[in-house]
Amino acid sequence: MHPIIRTILQRLGLGLFTLFLVSIVIFSAIEFLPGDFTEAVLGQAATRETVAAFRHELGLDQPAWIRYFDWIGSVLQGDFGTSFSGRASSGVDRSREVVDLIAPRLMNTLFLAAMTAIIAVPLALFLGVTAALYRNSLYDRIVNAGTLSTISMPEFFVAYILILLLSTLVPVFPTLAAVTPRTPLLERIYLTALPSMTLTLVIVAHMMRMTRAAIINLLASPYIEMARLKGLSGRRVILHHALPNAWAPIVNVIAFNLAYLVVGVVVVEVVFVYPGIGQLMVDAVTARDIPVVQACALIFAATYILLNLLADIISIVTNPRLLHPR
Amino acid sequence: MSETDQTYSARQEAAIVHTRRGWRERTLIELRKAPWTAWFGMFVILCYLLVALFAPWIAPHGEAEIFDTPYAPWSAQFPFGTDQIGRDVLSRLIYGARNTIGIALATTFLAFLIGGGMGLMAAISRGWVDQVLSRLVDVLMAIPSLIFALMLLSIFGASAVSLIAIIAVLDSTRVFRLARAVAMNVVVMDYVEAARLRGERLGWVMRREILPNIMPPLVAEFGLRFCFVFLTIAALSFLGVGIQPPTADWGSMVRENAALIQFAQYDLKAGLTPLLPAAAIALLTVAVNFVVDWFLMKTSGLRDEF
Amino acid sequence: MSSEADILLRMRDVRIDGFADEQWHEIIKGVDLTLRKGEVLGLIGESGAGKSTLGLAAMGFARPGCRLTGGEILFDGVDLMRASERQKQRLRGARIAYVAQSAAAAFNPAHRLLDQTVESGIRHGVLRPDNARETAVELYRAMDLPDPEHFGDRFPHQVSGGQLQRAMTAMAMACRPDLIVFDEPTTALDVTTQVNVLAAMRGAVKRFDTAAIYITHDLAVVAQMADRIKVLRHGEEIEEADTETMLRAPKQPYTRSLWAVRSIRKPGEGSADKVLEVRGVTAAYGTRPVLEDVSFDVPRGRTVAVVGESGSGKSTAARVITGLLPPTDGGVRFNGQDLAPDLAGRSKEDLRRIQMIYQMADTAMNPRQTVREIIGRPVQFYFAKTGAEVDARVSELLQMIELDDSFLDRLPGELSGGQKQRICIARALAADPEVIICDEVTSALDQIVQDGILKLLMRLQKDLGVSYIFITHDIATVRAISDEIVVMYQGRVVEKGMKEDILSPPHADYTALLLSSVPEMEVGWLDRTLAAQGDGAA
Repeated sequence: MHPIIRTILQRLGLGLFTLFLVSIVIFSAIEFLPGDFTEAVLGQAATRETVAAFRHELGLDQPAWIRYFDWIGSVLQGDFGTSFSGRASSGVDRSREVVDLIAPRLMNTLFLAAMTAIIAVPLALFLGVTAALYRNSLYDRIVNAGTLSTISMPEFFVAYILILLLSTLVPVFPTLAAVTPRTPLLERIYLTALPSMTLTLVIVAHMMRMTRAAIINLLASPYIEMARLKGLSGRRVILHHALPNAWAPIVNVIAFNLAYLVVGVVVVEVVFVYPGIGQLMVDAVTARDIPVVQACALIFAATYILLNLLADIISIVTNPRLLHPR
Repeated sequence: MSETDQTYSARQEAAIVHTRRGWRERTLIELRKAPWTAWFGMFVILCYLLVALFAPWIAPHGEAEIFDTPYAPWSAQFPFGTDQIGRDVLSRLIYGARNTIGIALATTFLAFLIGGGMGLMAAISRGWVDQVLSRLVDVLMAIPSLIFALMLLSIFGASAVSLIAIIAVLDSTRVFRLARAVAMNVVVMDYVEAARLRGERLGWVMRREILPNIMPPLVAEFGLRFCFVFLTIAALSFLGVGIQPPTADWGSMVRENAALIQFAQYDLKAGLTPLLPAAAIALLTVAVNFVVDWFLMKTSGLRDEF
Repeated sequence: MSSEADILLRMRDVRIDGFADEQWHEIIKGVDLTLRKGEVLGLIGESGAGKSTLGLAAMGFARPGCRLTGGEILFDGVDLMRASERQKQRLRGARIAYVAQSAAAAFNPAHRLLDQTVESGIRHGVLRPDNARETAVELYRAMDLPDPEHFGDRFPHQVSGGQLQRAMTAMAMACRPDLIVFDEPTTALDVTTQVNVLAAMRGAVKRFDTAAIYITHDLAVVAQMADRIKVLRHGEEIEEADTETMLRAPKQPYTRSLWAVRSIRKPGEGSADKVLEVRGVTAAYGTRPVLEDVSFDVPRGRTVAVVGESGSGKSTAARVITGLLPPTDGGVRFNGQDLAPDLAGRSKEDLRRIQMIYQMADTAMNPRQTVREIIGRPVQFYFAKTGAEVDARVSELLQMIELDDSFLDRLPGELSGGQKQRICIARALAADPEVIICDEVTSALDQIVQDGILKLLMRLQKDLGVSYIFITHDIATVRAISDEIVVMYQGRVVEKGMKEDILSPPHADYTALLLSSVPEMEVGWLDRTLAAQGDGAA
């Protein structure tokens, strides 16, 4: 087998295994709940039968490993179980399927993340590469100082400053990003302008700094010096000699920051009351609605792992040592 | 040129000898050469620490003292007005310094204790101990830490103790990685091998040979981890699952007063109120970053790489 | 002598600054250099002499952290000090080419060798894309590379270090430049590989009548390559002369001291009293075998040199003796008793009696401990001494290594290379050992300093009766200090015996190749060696 295929398969296997372990960690969350949580969910007045029925529904009368495989089996078929909220001590069950809660919100979150990424990634790469090329220039120093201050700010600070400036003092954009499934695309973009601007500012700062460091590191390689000593033009040195070796570090920077974006989304969604999966998770945490929390955590973790896996694979595919084995 | 071949002497070989100075004198010299950003950072950190330590003496009102008028405007009695249930914002900002910084510091220390200790252990013993710890950390790090923290908080409930424990454990994974990596670089040094060949005990090797040589990167990392922990806790509190009322805390203060921002066009000062605690967070983080930057430059000589 | 018109490169009063400790220091202090067409100038000097910096300045290039501050660099009438970046680009690669020390790092990992070889030719319009391949193949053939037709289709990581270095010379030759700067091109290679690379480089320079600046710290190498030699020290010229004169009659004392280094020689002496015996040792890192049935003895009060190239297993042998790597088979006997195979099984007394000195004194001492602590620790540890007793012993040890009490409170960072290695010797002596393993202890040092260290070790042996196991790849060191020699190749002992027996014919095949590959400091050595090795192979 070609070593590159073998390496990719190894990484895929490792990724799946990590996902498996992560799902166990997330699943075991419920194990640590205090024993009386069923009563807390159903209320003080719950009868013994209701509690028993609820426990049976959760499978608490079965060993943990059987429940794990039941759970992961359903998850793989797209069934994340039923929410805790909406239960009553009387045994009347108005709870909703977790999937129905998550699906529309997941789309919203993905929309916000995609919109941010489309602006932030090219911008950050451009700033990072130019800052590295014109290292120690005034431009470099300004960009650096700006991004250092931005990464020091909590996301909600950036968000409220933007709200203060662009929504309250100069009312350009709405404060609340109240989208519904029927909102048309253009209006949707208008409504999500502020949240995606906030995320862009934060992401660009991180990504630009990392890109700059990666490029500077690359430009210090002896083969770049050699290319200069061969009398090649600055353009050719960058495009022909630096760039082919820059994919791996740059892709890693992008993946790292998109993963960061996934997390940054949580706070920003809460600030702008944006109906996304992050806000859902925070609400579920406050209400201790464990099935919803588990589902959200699993989705976030899976995205995170997949992004890093993708970056790994791209690094492998662009590595000449693996592409052309001895 | 002197007659080098005849008069060669090991004693006279050129070597750069530094003047003997006490650490106090050395620190003073370094400080005098420090850039303004570092000075600014140190000044800010010092102010915050003083405020945190002497909060009860500085604050005009009590931490949870409730007055009649909620959302009172800025005035002589309430320099930054009052919050949604009528507590003095300035006093809460001052007490907030104590709570927020205190909890973040405690968390970072705990994270270093766990992560640093494990990292050192992994680097020295290598073999299966290292394998097991490293794989465990890989899995923990595969879940974004804010998400992981949210999940754990939903299980253990939000209290200062569980907050400190959860964030410390999650953050210790990053400390572990760094401590292990820098300790690995030192462990492979010949002087560590020489100590082992001499028959020194593990504890001695760790304390005398390894620890002194990994301190600078760890100290810098402490600053960066503190910022990260501080921001995470602020975010959690802002989300309402971190430090719980009535304890004053900057993250939750932003959340509690957020509604005021809508009034900025009528009363700019009121609109700024929720931004004050957020700005307090940002200022401290910037200050720590400046100092860490300077420290890294001093100890590693790396100006541009990181 | 030839006329002014022959002059290709003229550097006048060149000054270059380097940035260190947050300020600029002058590292080249006004050097003049003249090079005629087709002439090879050897630039020699110890580390820090500024050879590479000066070599790059001949291309109008300063590394990041360096800047050209004064003088002029006239290349064929163009002043590179003042030329525009575009003018310099036109010259670099086309008329002045560069061959770097580490070919593995200087080739771009992402492109095929052929593309890199002809790149500057095509860019400068010297080669056309359609005939570029032919040119490259011809160059590969000229550089004696295997399968020249297809050599260029490979990537840098697919060929060996020696071949890469030759490919780099081919790349430099692609535009038929007037001048090539060779920057320590064979330093990273083993001696047996070095011979062929030197031959290929010299052949190419002769064939195309290219002028060259050959930078190295190895006098014997430069004697084979250069028409004239310039000696640099601390950024200043010491002297310059044609190679014959320079070898025969150097004027300056500093140059003479460089030449004199390899003069130490002592007759080998035997001894029937064996302090240490290595018996049939086979060892592996994981599943990779490194040592195969290695046996040799160490006579008391004598020196055994273990010689071999990289990968021969000589350092692994040291690890087995010290107990860091338990052998899979065989073992080590000390004073007639078996030693435990691993560190944990050995007593403090066992550990005390075998001490080790490392190649890099820099990494062998904790940078945060003072000389007092470094030397004092074994005294405390093995002899349970305290306070004034330790200090007295440390002073005594410092005397033994020709240093004094003024060094007590210095940190390793405040010592020169030679002083550091002396402190390491003192640390080993502090344990009052019977055997000291010296792992390449002189190879990271400048030559005068090496000389001092070797003399010190020999004196200590005479005074204290300690035995040395001297691990090295350097034949000159072996000649100087050893009583017995063990030659290793690919994890096996090829030959062993008294120094005189090993160093004089008849040799085992590998020993013969190794010995004949070590450059000697006389003009014409390379030609004779190639002829002799060619005969041997035929």
